[in-house]
Order: sequence, then structure tokens, then C-alpha cells
Amino acid sequence: MIFKNHILRANEFIAERPKLQYYLPQALTLFFIVFVIGYFSFNAGVNMEDQGMETGFSFLGGEAQFDIQFHLIDYHGGMTYGRAYLVGLLNTILVAVLGIFFATILGVTIGIARLSTNFLVSRIAEWYVEMFRNIPLLLQLFFWYFAALRALPPPKESYIFFDFAILNIKGLYIPEFVWTNFNAFFYSILVSIVIVVLFIIWAKKIQERTGKQYRKFAISSGIIIIIPFLSIIIGGVGLEFIHPELKQISETIFNYEGGSKAIPELLALVVALAMYTSTFIAECVRAGIEGITKGQKEAAASIGLTPGQILRLVIIPQALRIIIPPTTNQYLNLTKNSSLAAAIAYPDIVLVFAGTALMQTGRAIEIISITMLSYLTLSITISILMNWYNKKMAIKEK
Amino acid sequence: MKKTLKHLFSLFAVFALVFAIGTEAMAAKAGKTLKNTKKKGFVKCGVSQGVPGFSNADASGNWTGIDVDVCRAVAAAVLGDAGKVKFTPLSAKERFTALKSKEIDVLSRNTTWTLSRDGGIGLTFNGVNFYDGQGFMVTKASGITSVNGLNGVSACVNIGTTTELNMRDFFNSKGFKYEPVVFEQADEVVAAYDSGRCDTYTTDKSGLAAQRTKLSDPTAHVVLPETISKEPLGPVTREGDENWSDIVRWSLNVMIEAEELGITSSNADAMKTSENPAIKRLVGAEGETGAALALDQEWSLRIIKQVGNYGESYERNVGPDTPVGLSRGPNAQWINGGILYANPTR
Ligand SMILES: N[C@@H](CCC(=O)N[C@@H](CS)C(=O)NCC(=O)O)C(=O)O
Repeated sequence: MIFKNHILRANEFIAERPKLQYYLPQALTLFFIVFVIGYFSFNAGVNMEDQGMETGFSFLGGEAQFDIQFHLIDYHGGMTYGRAYLVGLLNTILVAVLGIFFATILGVTIGIARLSTNFLVSRIAEWYVEMFRNIPLLLQLFFWYFAALRALPPPKESYIFFDFAILNIKGLYIPEFVWTNFNAFFYSILVSIVIVVLFIIWAKKIQERTGKQYRKFAISSGIIIIIPFLSIIIGGVGLEFIHPELKQISETIFNYEGGSKAIPELLALVVALAMYTSTFIAECVRAGIEGITKGQKEAAASIGLTPGQILRLVIIPQALRIIIPPTTNQYLNLTKNSSLAAAIAYPDIVLVFAGTALMQTGRAIEIISITMLSYLTLSITISILMNWYNKKMAIKEK
Repeated sequence: MKKTLKHLFSLFAVFALVFAIGTEAMAAKAGKTLKNTKKKGFVKCGVSQGVPGFSNADASGNWTGIDVDVCRAVAAAVLGDAGKVKFTPLSAKERFTALKSKEIDVLSRNTTWTLSRDGGIGLTFNGVNFYDGQGFMVTKASGITSVNGLNGVSACVNIGTTTELNMRDFFNSKGFKYEPVVFEQADEVVAAYDSGRCDTYTTDKSGLAAQRTKLSDPTAHVVLPETISKEPLGPVTREGDENWSDIVRWSLNVMIEAEELGITSSNADAMKTSENPAIKRLVGAEGETGAALALDQEWSLRIIKQVGNYGESYERNVGPDTPVGLSRGPNAQWINGGILYANPTR
């Protein structure tokens, strides 16, 4: 009875304080989470101590002693585990960025194709979606990788495109770019971008005031091409190519050296991730466009907009609001799926850090925590960027 | 009267104590893993995903190989039946996690005994069942005949192996360029090498001999003569249960010593009447070897009868008459010019 009274009194106490009502559950949840994590950490610590295992993050400064096939920053086995982690992380980011880029282009194209009035086009798009969406990604990955390895020639019989790119079983090679006066070129691009932005703002204002329309796209592209071009002529900017060279290693083994190279593991991974994810994006795009009522199109047509303008000014801005949130999810999935890289020897964070480094150091808990946190950070970054974009696209009530 | 009783009592106590210490010294206490294994009725053994001759499952799921035989020996010693083993195939990357998370109790999977593995990460190594070293395989057509011809090659390897580290040491010390292509699954390494993605496949020479049988044309490849590292391979247990580690260590030791003393699966029973005390101890006819491991008196006899001695296991699994076809080399007994040297089972 007394107990009941206490509870009642406590309830009253809380009810009178809305701030407390808001924060108390959150504080309790936080406390609970900290408690659970703390409990498991303590437990793990004790167990590891029993097994004579060291703990802590100091191993990150130790010498890695293993090499990595493909790195965007300077790396060799004499550097630290921390550096190896960075190499893996950057390789993961590279795959995610390339994958998202191609998945978006493919997905939008297929999504629009599915709505095509051309029967054959929409059917092919439908088959594409059904096929690549329903086969497990790992199988697709193996398919592309080993299919690529089977199809690509050895270095001596490489495919050579326009005397520029070289493709063989060891990778895709392009010449290394050697710039003279690169700064002038870089600034000229920067300047032209600023001019384009200013021009677009100005053009919009004029349009709002007078209704006069400029050909924004053509003029902007002109600016972006002409100014850097001038910098090359006047500013003494030069570009030279160092072509990869074929070296003989033994009677039958040849290899290209020099130039920039994308390994076949990267190519297969990007193709597999982009194809798979594009099917989901295509469905988002289709749903988004189908979600715009016919009335909107008819209304737009009735005020004299061309079909191109209807798509650009009426349908896409509204459809985007439907498309962006689920597409964000697909971007997150793609990023996480990129961890399958380890299966085909692409040195991403899982292969390099949660693989080799973990095996060599035995620091399972530390390394898995860092890896998980890295994925979490990548995911949150993508979410924030996409939310920002979504907000920009949302209807602004005036 | 009361005093005598008290004296008698203390005398008794002293006796009890002496007795307790005495038997303590003789009979070890069964550790947790031993108790659990007896309760479960099978030994939880981690092996490779298929290295012919070392640990390999046939079409009907029967595991054979010299690594497999170590686990069978443990099962024969502990449970009385070499068949009572549950095998878990593991990639090189998974193996230590599986052992430490108690998914398995013995890891018998071409695992190299190194300082960092023994010391830093909670593992105990229990002897060597195969002395190996790292080598390189290339196509015959390549014309490469020595590791000195490997400058600039790409090399396919398994992740989480000593192979990965040795390879770097080797290429660095020679000042050679190379490209490591690192896979998790052994089958993918083989497939990638077979397709021409890599110019060479490098791992333990035993592994090369075994994996070579999986290539589309095994005769089109050669293993280069040089050995670039030492790879003592042996069974591993978790740190923290000395009794269990002892059982694994001495089960392997019994197989090796049995060969040295000429005890085989077929003559083991007859050897009970031997004149040689070392032989009699190994077949359980003398001494109390089992007590030190908290096992019965016949543990070693069962290993020899059910699994055979080391030489029998070797000939059956990796010897010259098998597809793997390895001669004894350093894995011969010390009395025959090898480095296999069992510790006395007494
Ligand atoms: N002995 C080395 C290498 C052992 C190893 O895993 N070798 C590979 C290449 S033969 C292997 O056995 N793979 C078989 C598998 O993954 O099932 C070590 O302990 O790190």
C-alpha cells in the first residue's frame, strides 16, 4: 500500500515536470546501454586476461609486415598497422563511391526504361531488374570476377584502346598523367566553376524578373571548357603521358609496369555492386515517377511546356522527393555490401584490416570495433549528405 | 586416553596429507575440456577446408589425412574410439577465432608454430606433426627454374597465413617487385592461379603438393626447388587448460615414439610382452602413463591400435604411394636422419 503511494507520488512528481518526462527515459536508456557495453567489455577483458591475451590499441603503431596489392596512398609493409587500416578504408571508400556513381546512372536509366512506351525496351528493363535483383550478390561477384579472369587475355595479348588504355588479366592500365604548371590549370577550373555558379544565379534572377531565358547548360559548358583551355595555351600548362611498358619477366610471363592501374578485383566488384544495386534504384525511380499523378503532366502540358520541360521542371522535382529516401538506403546497402570484396581479393578494410591485420595481431575485439565504427561513420556520412539533399528538394512553402 | 586419540588423529591427518600429495603428483586432475569432451562423446576438431593428405573429406564425408589422424588419436585416447570426432572445416582466417570461441577444442590444420601465435594471442602449440617450408609454384611453360626468376610477378596467397609475411620478407630481401593477391578461401587461390591471374602460387610446400592435384592440368606446373621459410606445423589448443593441451601433445608424441620403437597398429598387442620397458610403457603394460593425463592405462595402446604410428599415418596419407607423393625428408625419425624426435613417454 505504502509502496503504491510512493509510485503515485513519483508519477505526480514526473508529470509536473515535462522536461524530466522527456529526458528521464532517454537517460535511463543511455545508462542501460552504457551498462551493457561496460559489462561485456569488462567480461571480455577478464576472459582475455585469463587466456594471456594483451588488449589495447597500441598495436596500431606496430610494423604491419605485410604488403597490399592496391593502395591509393603510399604504403609498404614497413609502415604501421594504422597506415594499413587507412589503405583499406580508402579502398572501401573508392569502391563505394564508384559503385554508387554507376549504380545511380544505371538505376535511373533502367527505371525510366521500365516506364517506356516501347514494349521491347520496358520488357528488357524488367528482365534486367528481375534477374540481377534475385541472384545473391556473392554469386554475381564470383561470376563477374571469374568470368572476367576467363575472358581477359594475358598481358602480352592485351586489348589496347586508342593507344591509351590497356586491358588484360592483371588489370586496366592507363598512362600516368604528368603535369607541368598544374596549379594554373587547377585554378582555371576553380575560377570557371565560380563563374558558372554566379552566372546561373544571375540568369535565374533575370528570368524571375523579366521571363527571359538563357541557354544555361550550353553557356556553362562553354565556360568550363574555354577557361581551362586558355590556361593551357597561355599559362604554359602541359600534360604528358607516361605510358605503361610491357616488361618480360620470363619466357611466358609479361607484365606492364608504370602508369596507373585498376586491378581486375576492383573492376569486378564495381560491376557487381553497381548492377545489383541499380535494380533496386530502378524500382525506386519507377515508383517515384509513377507516383506523380497524370493531372500534373496534363496541367503542365496545358500551359505550353515541352515534354522535356515537363520532365525537368514538373515531374523530376516532385519524383525526387519520393525517390531519395529509399535510394539513400540503397547507397547504404551498397557501402556495406562492398565488404564482400574480401571474397575476391580486393584489399578493402575487411580484407586488409579485419583480415590480415587481425590474424597477425590477434586483436579481434579492437579491430572488429574499429571496423564496425568505420562502416558506421561511412553510413552516417552518406545519410547526412542525402538528408541534406532531400531537404533541399523538399517542397518549400512560400 | 584423550591425548592418544588426539595424537592418533594428527597422525592420520598427516598420512592423509601425504597420500593426497602423493596421488596429486601421480594423477592429474581432469580439466574442463576433458570433462566436456567425455560428456559430449566426441572431440571437436578444426581442420582445413580440404588439403589432400593433410585434412580432406571424401564424397561421403569421411575425413582423412595426417592432421585428421592427430584428432583421431586424441579421440582414441580420451573416448576409446578414433571415430568419435566432429570435424569443422576452417579457412586460415577463421581458425584461431574458432578455437578461442570454443567452437573447436583442437586445431589440427597445417598451422605454423610461431612466437607471436604461441605467446600473444592465447594459443598453445603442442608439438610438430609435419616439418615444412614455404615454396613457389609456377607453370612449366614460364621457363622459371629458380626463385631468382620471380622479380615482378604477381603471387596468389591465402589470407591470415605465415605465407603472407614470409613472402614479403623474401621479395624484400631480394629487392624484387611483386604484387600480392590475397584470398580468404584456398579454392579461390587455386582458381585464380589456374586462370592466370597470378604468375605464382605460394604456400607451404606440402600445401603446394596437395593443392596442385586440384589444378586443371597438374602436370603443367612445377614447384621451384628453393624453400624460403621454416614451417613447423602442429596441433594447437587454447591457452588455459593445461590438462587438455597435455593430452593433445602426448597423443601426437605417442604416435611418433611408437614408430621409433617399431610398434604398429597390427603388432601393438603382441608388444605387451616385449623386454623393452619403453615399449611396454607405450602399450600400457608397465608404468602409469595415463594417470598423468587423467586418462586410463590403455590410452596410448588405443592410439596405436586404432590410428597407427606416425609412419603408418604418413604412408597412408601423404607418402610416395599417394597422389600427394611426399618422401619423408626431414619428417623421418631422428634415428633415420630426419628431425622427428619424440619425447620419452614415461
Ligand atoms: N602454415 C601456414 C599456412 C597454412 C594455410 O592455411 N595454407 C593454405 C594454403 S595450402 C591452406 O591450407 N588452405 C586450405 C584451406 O583454407 O582449407 C600458416 O599456418 O599460416
